[in-house]
Amino acid sequence: MTVKLSIDGKPVSVAEGTTLMEAARKIDVDTPVICYHEATTSEGLCRQCVVEVDGWRVLAPACVTPVSQDMHVHTDSERVQHARRTILEMLNATVDLSQAPDLQIQMDDYQADRQRFPNAQVRDAQVLDDNPFYVRDYEKCVMCWRCVQACGDDLQFTYSLSTGGRGYESKISTFFDAPMPETTCVFCGNCVAVCPSNALVSKTEFFMDQGLNYDQIRQEKRKQRKQMPRK
Amino acid sequence: MIEAQEVVRSTCPYCGVGCQIDMYIKEDQIFRVEAPFDVAPNFGRLCAKGRFGIDFVQHPSRLKKPLIRKDIGESPRKAVGLEGFREATWEEALDLAAEKLAAIVAQHGGDAVGTFCSAKATNEDNYIFQKLVRGVLGTNNVDHCARLCHAASVAGLQLTIGSSAMSNSIAEMKDLDAFIVTGSNTTETHPVISTFLREAVVRNGAKLAVIDPRQIEMTEFADHWLRQKPGTDVAIFQAMAHVIVHEELYNSDFIDDRTEGFGEYAKSLADCTPEWAEGLSGVPADQIRDAARMYANAERAAIYWGMGISQSVHGTDNAVSLANLALITGHIGKPGTGLNPLRGQNNVQGCSDSGGLPNVFPGYQLVNDPDIRGKFENDWGIQLNPDVGLTTMEMVDAAEQGGIKAYFVMGENPMMSEPDLRHARHVMASLEFVLLQDIFFNETAEYADIILPATSFAEKAGTFTNSDRRVQLIRPAVPAPGEARDDWVILSELAQRLETELGREESAGFEFDDPSAIWDEMARLTPDFQGISHARLQREDGVHWPCPSEDHPGTPYLFEDDFPSGRGRLTPLDYRPSAELPNDEYPFILSTGRVLYHWHGGTMTRRSKLEDIYPEPTVEVHPNDAENLGIAAGDWIKVRSRRGEIQVRTLVTERSPTGTVFIPFHFAEAAANELTLDARDPQAKIPDYKMSAVALEKLN
Amino acid sequence: MLLPALLEAQNRYNHISKEHASLIGKALRVPLADVTGVIEFYTLLFDKPTAETIIRVCDSPACSLAGSAESVDALTAQLNTTPNQATPDGQFFVESVPCLGMCEHAPAALRGEEPVSQATADKATSLISGDAEAPQGIIYGDERPLTARCGVVVPTSLEDYLEHDGFAGLHNVLAKSPEDVIADIKTAGLMGRGGAAFPTGIKWEGAANALDDTKYIVCNADESEPGTFKDRVILEEDPFSVLEGMLTAAYTISAKKGYIFIRGEYPRAQRIFEQVIAAAYEQNYLGKDIQGVEGFDFDLEMRSGAGAYICGEETALFEAIEGKRGFPRIKPPFPTTHGLFNKPTAINNVETLANVSLLMRIGPDQYRQYGTEGSPGPRLFCLSGDVVKPGVYEVTEKTTLRELIYEQAGGLVGKAELQAILFGGAAGNFITPAQLDLPLTFEDTRAAQLSLGSGVVMIFNGTRDIRQALVELGHFFAHESCGKCYPCQLGTQRQLEILERVNHGAALPGDLERLNDVGWTMTDASLCGLGQTAATAVLSAMEHWPELFEEITVSPN
Repeated sequence: MTVKLSIDGKPVSVAEGTTLMEAARKIDVDTPVICYHEATTSEGLCRQCVVEVDGWRVLAPACVTPVSQDMHVHTDSERVQHARRTILEMLNATVDLSQAPDLQIQMDDYQADRQRFPNAQVRDAQVLDDNPFYVRDYEKCVMCWRCVQACGDDLQFTYSLSTGGRGYESKISTFFDAPMPETTCVFCGNCVAVCPSNALVSKTEFFMDQGLNYDQIRQEKRKQRKQMPRK
Repeated sequence: MIEAQEVVRSTCPYCGVGCQIDMYIKEDQIFRVEAPFDVAPNFGRLCAKGRFGIDFVQHPSRLKKPLIRKDIGESPRKAVGLEGFREATWEEALDLAAEKLAAIVAQHGGDAVGTFCSAKATNEDNYIFQKLVRGVLGTNNVDHCARLCHAASVAGLQLTIGSSAMSNSIAEMKDLDAFIVTGSNTTETHPVISTFLREAVVRNGAKLAVIDPRQIEMTEFADHWLRQKPGTDVAIFQAMAHVIVHEELYNSDFIDDRTEGFGEYAKSLADCTPEWAEGLSGVPADQIRDAARMYANAERAAIYWGMGISQSVHGTDNAVSLANLALITGHIGKPGTGLNPLRGQNNVQGCSDSGGLPNVFPGYQLVNDPDIRGKFENDWGIQLNPDVGLTTMEMVDAAEQGGIKAYFVMGENPMMSEPDLRHARHVMASLEFVLLQDIFFNETAEYADIILPATSFAEKAGTFTNSDRRVQLIRPAVPAPGEARDDWVILSELAQRLETELGREESAGFEFDDPSAIWDEMARLTPDFQGISHARLQREDGVHWPCPSEDHPGTPYLFEDDFPSGRGRLTPLDYRPSAELPNDEYPFILSTGRVLYHWHGGTMTRRSKLEDIYPEPTVEVHPNDAENLGIAAGDWIKVRSRRGEIQVRTLVTERSPTGTVFIPFHFAEAAANELTLDARDPQAKIPDYKMSAVALEKLN
Repeated sequence: MLLPALLEAQNRYNHISKEHASLIGKALRVPLADVTGVIEFYTLLFDKPTAETIIRVCDSPACSLAGSAESVDALTAQLNTTPNQATPDGQFFVESVPCLGMCEHAPAALRGEEPVSQATADKATSLISGDAEAPQGIIYGDERPLTARCGVVVPTSLEDYLEHDGFAGLHNVLAKSPEDVIADIKTAGLMGRGGAAFPTGIKWEGAANALDDTKYIVCNADESEPGTFKDRVILEEDPFSVLEGMLTAAYTISAKKGYIFIRGEYPRAQRIFEQVIAAAYEQNYLGKDIQGVEGFDFDLEMRSGAGAYICGEETALFEAIEGKRGFPRIKPPFPTTHGLFNKPTAINNVETLANVSLLMRIGPDQYRQYGTEGSPGPRLFCLSGDVVKPGVYEVTEKTTLRELIYEQAGGLVGKAELQAILFGGAAGNFITPAQLDLPLTFEDTRAAQLSLGSGVVMIFNGTRDIRQALVELGHFFAHESCGKCYPCQLGTQRQLEILERVNHGAALPGDLERLNDVGWTMTDASLCGLGQTAATAVLSAMEHWPELFEEITVSPN
């Protein structure tokens, strides 16, 4: 069944069940997103894709809201801009977005004040380096859940990660904070692939970014290990 | 953040899944590997090897110059390290190689050369290789490691349905209703395929029966886990067939329309009751019944298997008994069904497809069929040897007996992969000439006279064909190290020199501009490939053969209307016990196989970060056995068979059943094949890597 | 079953060790990472040792007004410890917790599984020793059709219940078709009493029409809205009326299985309900062919919450029953078609189900004699704070706030004037004395752009610092935000930070605007009702008393 609606004043016809985000794409309106990824289940977390629908009390997340007949949608109203800008400002006050290029662009687009929330408590964290393949720098984690989803039912079905904590203390957890090699992790790196902010990054890249060569580092370590006597 | 200067799409060089990868490159360094989320077969998914393990490409120990053995000509040859070789120019190395090979051919005939092409090289490389072997050396002695992995699947499927590839595609897996995984530790050997199979279970509620002695990870997703005693697979499958026939769960229409021999087959199952199978396999009869019902009653059901089925002295029987199950239930010829041997190497399918087998030209066209041979003779403009060549293990036998004087090995490492390595080394030492073409100095190289440095997958163009017959491109991403050259280039140069040395008036044709021209020649001669070209693959990412014409979409699943053999042949079988059973002196069954983080002989993965997560040879021992032997987790122990011994570190785990130990075969310093037995399936000639008798000894 | 297993481990060993967590995960086939995720979500679960007895002191506004902070100080001083720290002998562990649902007994506490009333600082010794007083329900109202049995019957006695008109409604129901029951409920105009005021008849009709063999009834007894305690009183004093409501729902939508999810901080209500369920099975009010009606089968299981306000949100509650972190789901789809275990589900609040039992007993016409045209039926309010007679008030006719507070509840304590009322709950609005003549009906509150919410009327006299109350509310929402959506996860923290500055007299230039932006972003863009209302009280306070935020604004440094 076809559903007719308007988006930013333009008429759109799409199949029933289409999301507002997909419908908007039909008229070349791209919705900004943070948590959304084509390969993971949309959970409507970031609310950066919210749009205004006439007659609705609250804004609607475009990634998960299905179209309905005669809906009038505004993707760039003042309310929408206000919410998007504030979300970016609050997020930027919480985590290190320096390696999230998409979010840097969004902050410029929405004229977000990068110092909007002075003295805000940040989610600081140590870089976790517990395996040969990737590091976890949760200071950069935006809690988009994609790594958990990639590890779980969306891509890998390995279930090493879970969302942990609660509220502002939300985080990505392993079982009793075990280092990755002690979990069910198989180092597929599908989590790294879907991370939007470089909180998960391959070690090759992590060291290269600091002007170091991981292959050399690890080959040195290997030599040292080989010199250790066999137990 | 590192900005990529270039992103190059290619195909992962590890297992047969054929994952599409994007290599991110800066200053000739591959710093990241990703996968496109919208492209088959992996749809963005990768495993540790594909994502983090292709750093071997840039390992300092890559071969960069042709090497010539310093004591070339001395007999018997000794194994030597790199220090036993000197660097040479390409001119010198190729001239010498041609001279040596030509001399042997001239004196003993082409059949005195045994050749091994490569399941790691491209279709184009392998096409040229077999063209060189057939068209210049004049022998059909060409084989590759498929002999050591799925030869029995091939034999069994040829016998029953007349075709040996995976019948259905990876993309169909997530929509299965029910499936059987047997003899495949899918999560470790085909990690990305295992994600689609788990997706079928977790997201679509598909039913899964795992039939495997080891408690592999897939058992966690299984509705039924049949833990048979090693080597009793046929009994289980026969009993399942018994249940399906006895309870009339079979598909009469399919049996009537598409198969032959049902009456006799059904009769042959009379005594194969689940209780009979329970006695042999230890699997409770009711579990066998449940699994049979699950499979037979499903709307769409498929069977996936790996080395546990084929690397056995009854490998062919195993495959035949699985084919029988599919034929009586009609679970073949439709989406989401099929008989699916999961191929191990990135291009093991393609290497066979490209004629890397002793009995067939590309596309499984028989060398002993005069019409086929005539077609190739016409095209190549030369005469061809009509006799079927020798298989891998037969070449070893022939070398031992003196019939084969020289080996030409491209991109394989038989000194790790063959069973009973002590024996294999002895044979190798007796050869007159060994020519090797590879990217690293491996265990086989120690016996070579001349080593030609080749480019890796990341430095060249061409195609790989994955496990589900999907032909996909690889593209050059980084420069070749030193003077390394593409395999097809080396082969072309060598072929032309050989033709000169042998005084051939007509060249079989080795002037190619690029791999796409090689593909075009192969496609011209191979009906199944005729619709595929590199240009089309650029546009469509990948095409499943058979693809007879350019407007043909390719064939994700086979046998919709008929089998290559016409009707599927239902084949009665007898249960036979294994070749080497444990006794008092060698009380344990040794099974060998792979682990997630390593790859075959370890040549690539042990030169990668992957080495850091799994650095040592291990043996899996059941806690009960460990306790009886006084072995603790982490202890180094000696494992001994009638053929050799190795030292490995103990993993105490319930994964393998009591009385069975498992050793991965990736570690040269403790090569599992020192222990294995060269007993072969009578039809497929595949060695049994899964059943050798061994003893465990604590080290002091 | 993950949550019950973890709660059991917590109760037995005072925490959940890695070993136990691993055993539980493997036995239930739950990924171990998820086990940790669940432990970390619920505040009653600890992954490190606590103590033999945990003393929880309520720090929500009503109890704070009554001196709960001093109680905590006295307790920790006597035990020579600090909050969230076990005593060296491993006997006690003191923590401040959000609303325990005993606001009429402020300051309230839980000693282990025993509720304690008036846990003031001077009673710290008896609180530690376990001799403190257990609270009883306090119910007022001229006519109390809904709460008539409270305080009269033995709550766990099915016989007593039967003697006091119990199950009369159910027997009427069993003589009717499900369609007729829905018609009666629609005629009666019953609206949900949990806060959202959704028409019960429409909800049940949706679940009844859903095509599925498996359907569920869920009673939402996760009463956690600060200032709310009416459901606790019903659960503890007239639990069979809730069971009867659930049976009616089960009959009406053809559900064979139900759950009552009682918050973990109501251990006494849980104990009572366990007995109620056992008695009901014994006398064929649960089980197969209930009361001889062939095919009317219904099984009921009690599940305990584990410390998460968000689980009062219906879809988060489903997640909790399913053993997951209590994240609210995206709606649509709605519970009537995709509820518990993704099956059609009717989920109702405790007071709503008790109302069902009443209305099916007396009939819709009689039921509509109570309340007003737009707000049919009796309605419970929870009065707390600076009022002479705090307690549950059953209101059966049009009543204004002024009447409720000054005529029924005896006015304010002491001489101070009324300053403000927190109306509807922590998620509700502050209102001023100017609004005292507001009638307590859906229609009148809606017209005033207010919400009855869960019936909270929390009273602040003129001596109270509203900024302190705002910080406490801000803290509550920051603590209880599940963290799923960004506006609430980040906004509750940003809101708290600014409110703290305001309260300390250290507001920065622009804080008022920041607070406003944060508040409206949460209101506009949050995923569930918690986030959408987490700023309501603050925004209302800013509207009423902008000077509270402005006058103390100081320049930086």
